[in-house]
Amino acid sequence: MHPDLATVPPEPVDARPSIMSPLWALAVAGFRRYSTYRQATVAACVTNSVFGFLRSFVFLATIAGATAATGVANAAGYTAEQLLTFCWVTQGLIGVVALWGWTDLGDRIRTGDVVADLLRPLNPVLSYLAIDLGRAGFAVLIRFVVPVAVGALFFDLYVPRHLATYPLFAVSMILGVVVCFGCRFLLNAVGYWLLDLRGVIAAWFVVTGLFVGLTFPLPFLPDWAEATLWIATPFPSIMQGPLDILVERGGQAHQGLILLAQSLWSVVLLLSCAYVQQRAERKLVIQGG
Amino acid sequence: MAGTVGIYRRVLAAQMRSQVTYRASFLMSVTISGVFAALDLVVVLVLFGVARSMGGFGTAEVLVMFGLSSTAFAAADLAVGNLERLQFYVRSGLLDGVLLRPLSAFGQLVVVDFTPRRAGRVIVAVVILVVALARADITWTPATAVLAVVAPLAGAVMFSAVMVATATVAFWWIDSGELAFSLTNGGRDFTSYPINIYGAAMRRLFAYGLGFAFVAYYPALALLDRADPLGLPGWFGWVSPAVAAVAVAGAALSWRLGIRHYRSTGS
Repeated sequence: MHPDLATVPPEPVDARPSIMSPLWALAVAGFRRYSTYRQATVAACVTNSVFGFLRSFVFLATIAGATAATGVANAAGYTAEQLLTFCWVTQGLIGVVALWGWTDLGDRIRTGDVVADLLRPLNPVLSYLAIDLGRAGFAVLIRFVVPVAVGALFFDLYVPRHLATYPLFAVSMILGVVVCFGCRFLLNAVGYWLLDLRGVIAAWFVVTGLFVGLTFPLPFLPDWAEATLWIATPFPSIMQGPLDILVERGGQAHQGLILLAQSLWSVVLLLSCAYVQQRAERKLVIQGG
Repeated sequence: MAGTVGIYRRVLAAQMRSQVTYRASFLMSVTISGVFAALDLVVVLVLFGVARSMGGFGTAEVLVMFGLSSTAFAAADLAVGNLERLQFYVRSGLLDGVLLRPLSAFGQLVVVDFTPRRAGRVIVAVVILVVALARADITWTPATAVLAVVAPLAGAVMFSAVMVATATVAFWWIDSGELAFSLTNGGRDFTSYPINIYGAAMRRLFAYGLGFAFVAYYPALALLDRADPLGLPGWFGWVSPAVAAVAVAGAALSWRLGIRHYRSTGS
C-alpha cells in the first residue's frame, strides 16, 4: 500500500541542527556505496594478493643478498619478518587509502555535476572527506583484511611487541587516509583549471611508485633523500608512516614523531583543499551551461 | 585481402594523425610514457643498492633480464595494450557496432584505439636493454647476437598473448577491473628478476605454467653463458619463439570463446 503523505508523521525537529549528522550520513553512504561493488572488490583483493607474493619473494631475495654482502641479517634495518609485513600490509593499504583510481571530483568537474555539490549547505571538502572515510571503513573490512590474512597464511609476519602499537597503527592508518584524500582532492581540483587530468595523474603514479613506501621501504633510499621526503612532502605519511609504527621501527619516540608529522600534513592538506576549493568556486564556469 | 589491409592502414593512419595533431601534448605524453620505463629501472636500482645481488646474480646480470622484460612488455603494450578498453566496450554494448562491421573485431579494436604515445616506453626500454647488454659480460658471437634480437621480440609476442587473454576475461566478468594487472604488470615484475628467487609453487605457476621464464630469464642465461641454478638445460634460452607460439594459440582460443560468449548488454 502506498503511504499517504498526510499520514507520515513530521520529522522531529532538532533544536540545535548539527553539522555532524549530514556528514555521518554521507560517511554511511560512502560505506554502502563501496560495499555494492562486489566484483571489483574481489578482483582487487586477488590482484593485491598476487603482488603481495611477487614482492615478498623480491624482498626475501633483497634481504638474502644484503645478508651475504654485510653479514648482518637485515636490509636497511628491517628483518625479514618486518619486510614481509611491510609488503602485505602495504598491499592491504592500497585499497584503504585509495591510492589509485579516485577521480570522482575530477569527473564531476568535467561534466559540470560539481555544481550540485556547491548548492548543498555543506563544505564540499568536508562532505567529500566524510564519504571517503566511509569508503575507507568498508575497505578495511575486505581490502585490508584479505591480503594481510593471505600473507599471514603463507609467510611469517612481524607481530608487534607492545599492545599500544595496535591503536597507534589504527590512528596512523586513519591519518594516512586523510593525507591521501588531501592529495587526491588537490589532484582532482586541478580539473577546475585544466580540462585534461592525464598529466597530473601520470605524475601521481610516479610519486606513488617511489615515494609513499609501497614499492620499497623508504630507508632503502639514501638518508638525505628519505629525510627530504619526510620533511618536505606528505607522501611518506600515506604508507611508510603507518608501516613503521606497525613494525615498531625506532621505538615509541619514533612512533610519536610519525603521528605528529601525519597530523601536521593532514591539517596542511585539508586547509589547502579548502583554499583551492574557495578559489575555484570564484572562477568556476560550469561546462555546457 | 589486400583491400582489408588497406582499410586497416587507413584507420591506423587516421588514428595516428588525430593523436599527433596537438604536437606539444603528444610529445609530453610520449615523455611521460618513457618516464614509466625509467621508473621501473629506479626501483630495481634502489633494491640493488641494498641487496647487491639477488639469487646469486649481480646487478649487471639482472639488468639484462630487466632490459629484456621491459622491452618485451613495452612493445606488447604499444601493440595491443589498448585492448584493456575491451571492458568498456562490453559494459557499454559498443562492441555490437564493432561486430556488425565486416572486419575482424580484434583487428578493429587494435587499430581504432591505437595509442602511439606508448612508443616512449619502448624507446626508453630499448635504450636500457642496449646499455645493459653492453655492460654485461657477454661473449658476442653470431648466435648470441641473433638471440639478443629474437628474445625481446618473442617476449613481446608472449606479453601480447597475455594481454589479449586477460582482456577477454571481460566477456565473462565485466567488472574485473585491475584483475588483468596481476598477470600483465605482474608478469613484467616477475620477469624482471631471476626466477630462482621465487617460491616453488609460484615459480611453477608463473615461470613454467604461464611461460614467463622464457621472456627474460632463460634467454639472459644463454646470453650470459651461465648455467641455470635450477638445473635446467642451456637450450631453454632458445625456445622462447616456440613458447610464444603456444601462448598466441591460447590467447586466440580465449578470444574466440569470449566473442562467442558475448551477449550484448540487453538494453
